[in-house]
Amino acid sequence: MKSTIDDLEVSTLPMALSLGLSADEYHHVCRKLERAPVFAELGVFSAMFSEHCSYKSSKKFLKRLPTSGKRVVQGPGENAGVLDIGSGYAVAFKMESHNHPSFIEPFQGAATGVGGILRDVFTMGARPVANMDCLYFGSPEWPGTASIVRGVVHGVGHYGNCVGVPTVAGQTYFHPCYTRNPLVNAFTIGLLKKDEVFLGSASGIGNPVMYVGSKTGRDGVHGATMSSKEFSSDEELERPTVQVGDPFTEKLLLEATLEAMKARLIVGIQDMGAAGLTSSSFEMACRAGTGMEITLDNVPVRERDLSAYELLLSESQERMLLVCVPENVSALKAIFDKWDLHSEVIGSVTEGRSLKMTHRGRVVVNLPVELVTDPLILDRPVSVPSDLKQRWFLDRNRLLSIPVSEKIEKVLQDFSFASPAKLVEQYDSQVGNRTVSTPFEDAAVVFLRDISERKVHLALTADCNPRVCWLSPREGGKRAVAESAINLATRGAEPIGITDCLNFGSPENPEVLWQFEECIEGISEACAALKIPVVSGNVSFYNETDGVPIYPTPTVGMVGLIEGSEPLSRSFISSTDWEIGLIGVKEAGLGGSTLASQVFKRDCGQPEDTDLAMVDRTVKLFAKLRKSKTEFAAHDISDGGLLVSLLEMLFYSKLPTLGAEISCPGGVDLDRFLFGETIPRVLVAYPHEERVQFEMLAGQAGVPFTVLGATHDHSEVKLKQGGAVIFQSPLEVIKTSWSNRWAGLLG
Amino acid sequence: MKAAVVTFPGSNCDEDAFDALSRCLGVATTRVWHKETNDFSGVDLVVLPGGFSYGDYLRCGAMAALSPIMQSVSAFAERGGFVLGICNGFQILCEAKLLPGALTLNESRRFICRDVVLKARFVRSPWNSLLGQGAAVTLPIAHGDGRYWIDPAGLEALEQKQQVLFTYEKNPNGSVADIAGICNEAGNVFGLMPHPERAVEQGRKIWDSVLQSVRSAS
Repeated sequence: MKSTIDDLEVSTLPMALSLGLSADEYHHVCRKLERAPVFAELGVFSAMFSEHCSYKSSKKFLKRLPTSGKRVVQGPGENAGVLDIGSGYAVAFKMESHNHPSFIEPFQGAATGVGGILRDVFTMGARPVANMDCLYFGSPEWPGTASIVRGVVHGVGHYGNCVGVPTVAGQTYFHPCYTRNPLVNAFTIGLLKKDEVFLGSASGIGNPVMYVGSKTGRDGVHGATMSSKEFSSDEELERPTVQVGDPFTEKLLLEATLEAMKARLIVGIQDMGAAGLTSSSFEMACRAGTGMEITLDNVPVRERDLSAYELLLSESQERMLLVCVPENVSALKAIFDKWDLHSEVIGSVTEGRSLKMTHRGRVVVNLPVELVTDPLILDRPVSVPSDLKQRWFLDRNRLLSIPVSEKIEKVLQDFSFASPAKLVEQYDSQVGNRTVSTPFEDAAVVFLRDISERKVHLALTADCNPRVCWLSPREGGKRAVAESAINLATRGAEPIGITDCLNFGSPENPEVLWQFEECIEGISEACAALKIPVVSGNVSFYNETDGVPIYPTPTVGMVGLIEGSEPLSRSFISSTDWEIGLIGVKEAGLGGSTLASQVFKRDCGQPEDTDLAMVDRTVKLFAKLRKSKTEFAAHDISDGGLLVSLLEMLFYSKLPTLGAEISCPGGVDLDRFLFGETIPRVLVAYPHEERVQFEMLAGQAGVPFTVLGATHDHSEVKLKQGGAVIFQSPLEVIKTSWSNRWAGLLG
Repeated sequence: MKAAVVTFPGSNCDEDAFDALSRCLGVATTRVWHKETNDFSGVDLVVLPGGFSYGDYLRCGAMAALSPIMQSVSAFAERGGFVLGICNGFQILCEAKLLPGALTLNESRRFICRDVVLKARFVRSPWNSLLGQGAAVTLPIAHGDGRYWIDPAGLEALEQKQQVLFTYEKNPNGSVADIAGICNEAGNVFGLMPHPERAVEQGRKIWDSVLQSVRSAS
């Protein structure tokens, strides 16, 4: 007697629900299969239908991002995006989050985040040349923050340093919304030949499927599902789902993989990242329109008696799945042997678009590929936060009633106004002999010594202003792109592409999903205006603890090119006799500013619109300044406003007596001049004789330019208005508190 | 002049050293794999680069010191060949007993990457003969285990035999006597914690000293 589907469904439904599948998803699977999935198959679905792997809530919004452009070799959907940089070369890059693991176990969570993104890049055939990291931590007053900061920073540093990829830039941000949900966003960029891009594709019927790298253990089983849940306060119980990284093995895997690629022994390859062997096998078959047969008994293991379920879902690190032609198996094995790594043929590519896995003589998985890789796309509701208008209220009269010196004091006491030296010195920023910037500049600059045809540098930056994103997610998305473009421009770079790492609360909360949609709109608008494509990215939802979501945090990692051998501009001032000027409008918006938060003890105000046309003109102005060989230093004005920006330009200089005096232009609103944070405004400093050049090129570009003052050698900062001194302080005093502000956290 | 750069599996400054020697300094340079033995015939300088040789989960450089290539390096040093160990390479030279003392965890217990000012303590061919005694050189450091240690008797011997080639102007890691780099008694084996290969221009006088010495020797 044939049992009906309904009968079968009853048997595994409770288990499916307990593994995180929805009843809708379960019934959908049963209908398509015409049977109920067995235990290991449920594991496959629960991982692959998780938000982390499936993008089921975000997919419909992500389609709106502009992804094309003349340099795009590979857009979103592969392990990393690839852009053509000329002379036969290309760069592959991506940014990815590792948030949940980094709260549960900060050191390993952050370390394996770096490991994962490195593999995403070298699996494309690229040699990683630089990393960036954007870290968002909770309230410094919370007693647990220090240990999370130390663990994460140590983890990021340890992994990158050991593999030998320099961490050249990044951002570190503190806000109470991240207290129980820190964010670790890791970026890697690699260099490759344009016509030697490797894809995660299992093509060629009959081709062997090989497992290479570390052996499989029980660590990280179900990490993808864990990352698709909110935290409850007993997150301690999640510890076994955090993966454990070994950067030494990663280094071996990197070298062996690149060596095998160079020898043209590989057809397709993919990292075993989230959902391990399951996602890599299904995704590779999906891209090629093929199927696979895999014998799980052949997977190299480091523990005895792993079940099929564990073999499928382990997230043990430093492993890759690859496909090659049969004749190349022995040559591949020789290379992985040379690097003391495991390599094993575990299956083959088949016709017929289904994936069959056997274990101890039994078929444990037999599923159509597309059923697994095409989850039900959700159309979740969005709604505008009910208190949005209240967030926008900013009491200007109260602001005006406070003396300017007091407001300056408040801004300079902000926790973000701090030297990151103790933190970034834990990262090797130079290994590889390509870095030509310090970690303290608007954008890192990496010399591509590998390209002998012409002199070309990469410029890299990563940015997001969560406060602005919370007050106006659309504006926040726009500003993340605009500020990154300005950061690159100050170093003379042409922006060529971005990767986005989108960190949000639960998509099941309509207000969070509204934030997500708005951020995407903002990013899209800015990218379209500036003609910068999005080529890769990652979405991390469920960043909340006990129902409180983080601020929307769409981190943008942007890549630019600097052509030619003209000298590079710096972000710090290197003379006690330079003029100081402002590029951009004299007044900027206070909504979402540091000043507003410091004065009102809450984040408030409506962020003003970013003038994207002005951003575009400013980017082009800096390209002209570089080509005209004008000597200058430039630093963009963002968190804290103009004075903070000036102080940073002075503090990072190595001149012991350097100081500056500036005057507020006549008729300006002092608050908006000094503390406004809208993009684009850039402080520049230059030898006095270069003023003509600035006036001429800014005039031609249609960008306002105002002379503000000059540097001097009596190590103080002075601010004047209409001839009267409104603020004066020895630099030593401010610098000492700036230098020590994070000392307590870093130990 | 001919140089050889040894690659251990976890070396990550081997390409940097190769790049500095071949592209920046124009020296014919070969790569040597750690599983090989090599008689280094015709080679003037062997470089042990920075990195994490075998992962360094034991003491840094401890396993590398036992690798096949280190037998060849020891034999080469024995014959008077010039050996330069940078960072992890310095650690390996100590573990292999080609240099006295040991390198331990930084006093801060943290990895440190930044520029430091070095002073030439004693001036010796071939490593820093173009620098005057006390001359300053700025080079980057990037290490977690760079704190040089040796017992008081050993330190006295180092001083007496003029084996301390560089000291830190401002000690970044807690090294005894501010030591940044030492050579063996004969002077042909040199270990240095900072990275001259990452800053060829800043460290020019060190490289030029080596190049000049090799040329005058041959």
